[in-house]
Amino acid sequence: MSAQTEIHAPSLPFPPGGNAGEETPRIVPVRRTGQWAAAVVVLLLLAGALVSVVRNDAFQWGVVGEYLTTDAVLRGLGLTLWLTALVMVLGFALGTLLAVFRLSGNRVLQAVSWGYIWLFRSTPILVQLLFWFNIGALYPQILGVDTVNLLSPITVAVIGLTLHEAAYAAEVVRGGILSVERGQLEAAQSLGLGPWRRLRRIVLPQAMRSIVPPAGNMLIGTLKGTSIVSIIAVQDLLYSVQLVYHRTYEVIPLLLVATLWYVAVTSLLSIGQYYVERHYARGTAGTR
Amino acid sequence: MSAPTKEATGSDAMVEIRSVHKSFGPLEVLRGIDLSVRAGEVTVVLGPSGSGKSTLLRTINHLEKVDQGWISVDGTLVGYRRSGNKLYELREREVLRQRTRIGFVFQNFNLFPHLTVLENVIEAPIAALGRPRKDAVAAAEKLLARVGLAEKAGAYPKQLSGGQQQRVAIARALALEPKLLLFDEPTSALDPELVGEVLDVIKDLARGGTTMIVVTHEIGFAREVADTVVFMDEGRIVEQGPPADVLDRPVQERTRAFLSKVL
Ligand SMILES: Nc1ncnc2c1ncn2[C@@H]1O[C@H](COP(=O)(O)OP(=O)(O)OP(=O)(O)O)[C@@H](O)[C@H]1O
Ligand SMILES: [Mg+2]
Repeated sequence: MSAQTEIHAPSLPFPPGGNAGEETPRIVPVRRTGQWAAAVVVLLLLAGALVSVVRNDAFQWGVVGEYLTTDAVLRGLGLTLWLTALVMVLGFALGTLLAVFRLSGNRVLQAVSWGYIWLFRSTPILVQLLFWFNIGALYPQILGVDTVNLLSPITVAVIGLTLHEAAYAAEVVRGGILSVERGQLEAAQSLGLGPWRRLRRIVLPQAMRSIVPPAGNMLIGTLKGTSIVSIIAVQDLLYSVQLVYHRTYEVIPLLLVATLWYVAVTSLLSIGQYYVERHYARGTAGTR
Repeated sequence: MSAPTKEATGSDAMVEIRSVHKSFGPLEVLRGIDLSVRAGEVTVVLGPSGSGKSTLLRTINHLEKVDQGWISVDGTLVGYRRSGNKLYELREREVLRQRTRIGFVFQNFNLFPHLTVLENVIEAPIAALGRPRKDAVAAAEKLLARVGLAEKAGAYPKQLSGGQQQRVAIARALALEPKLLLFDEPTSALDPELVGEVLDVIKDLARGGTTMIVVTHEIGFAREVADTVVFMDEGRIVEQGPPADVLDRPVQERTRAFLSKVL
């Protein structure tokens, strides 16, 4: 190590407030006393709440455990999951189309898109759902088939939720597309790429970075929002536990069953969102 | 003034620009531009900020529509089809096909950040020309080697220096084997020490006989490479000619004033 001692290091200037010849002072970070105190208080409160919840027999944890994995509840959970997935996929497909219409140079398509979004955002989803459920009163027959036979409650649920979802998805996708730098489109145009290719290959992948966070929000909102279909007797997670407690009057524990499942699924989705965001951030990390 | 038919241009001009006017709202940005660029020659466009240099370049590949006049590249009208004494606007598909014959290099590169360097270069040959992927990759690797970036094929644009990004952008434009290359201030967004490596690539292309129109503020580059220097001011071409004339013995007062500021 003699080579190192030969290197002539420039002498470090000493900060004021000490004597030359002392060792270089060590850096001590600010002590975050307040933060620690707050953490202790929060943990105590949480522990207290947990103890009270577990100890309070009125919660009937035994009943919760009994019903958590019964067939009826699991079937309801399954319906909630696929209804959410279907509504998300169809809603975003239609929403993307509406966003592209809105940003196209075609005035008619712009107006159609604007009108659609206006209509479906300005009425409550509950009203829309009841409207589709009762559409038979307005059109007793569609293409010669009785409307009642054509539209089962579950079909009504899919249609109603999708049309509503699409209006919101359209705005999310439009925001994403607008966030892509204009030069990207010009580069793609000057390379002779067609409109469809530009959208799919250049614009949408870059738009995804701003689409994913609000879309994740919407997914979680939709998962819980599907519980509204219980009013048209579709047996989703919420309606399944309602059927049980209407029979047994164990309202609280059965609502807890539904709650625990909703929390479990949303937690998984939040974790999934992290990985999806990381995927679409590719090419943006790293330094020059 | 009449627009040419494909057969009847009759000159060896790669680019013909005739009486081109262009306004943005009340602002007339191009006020009657006439310019010919012969095949294999390098034309450098100089002029103060706002004089319409970028707009002129953008009209040549129809990123901007002209209000009046016409432009032809390699004997074909850009953006229009002539029938009798009318110019009919082309559909987007046809404009896109024309653009594949004109390469455009932007001031701030405009590389696709979510695609690797190689993917950036092969995108247009595959999607716009329908080349098989294997051929496109082989050609792209050659081009990347030519701009000195063979080993960066797998990198993302943000992992490269500005000079390297611009060289990738040049390779991307070359991948379409264009008849004409347009550069809009290709070195203006670069740190001074990176300007040279990009200019070297452009000089190399010039020696290879690529027809180019280059908007730049690099007077040294213009002197060395240009066959013709064009000086623009307020939407008009004030003076044009060989660099020795325009740069060293300018006739027009406005050219002299501009050069005294940038030299
Ligand atoms: N899309 C547009 N809409 C409105 N005005 C525009 C548009 N594009 C350019 N302009 C205006 O046209 C004028 C000429 O612009 P242009 O970009 O062609 O100038 P330039 O010579 O390239 O200048 P610079 O050296 O600053 O790049 C400027 O006043 C500019 O503000
Ligand atoms: Mg410019």
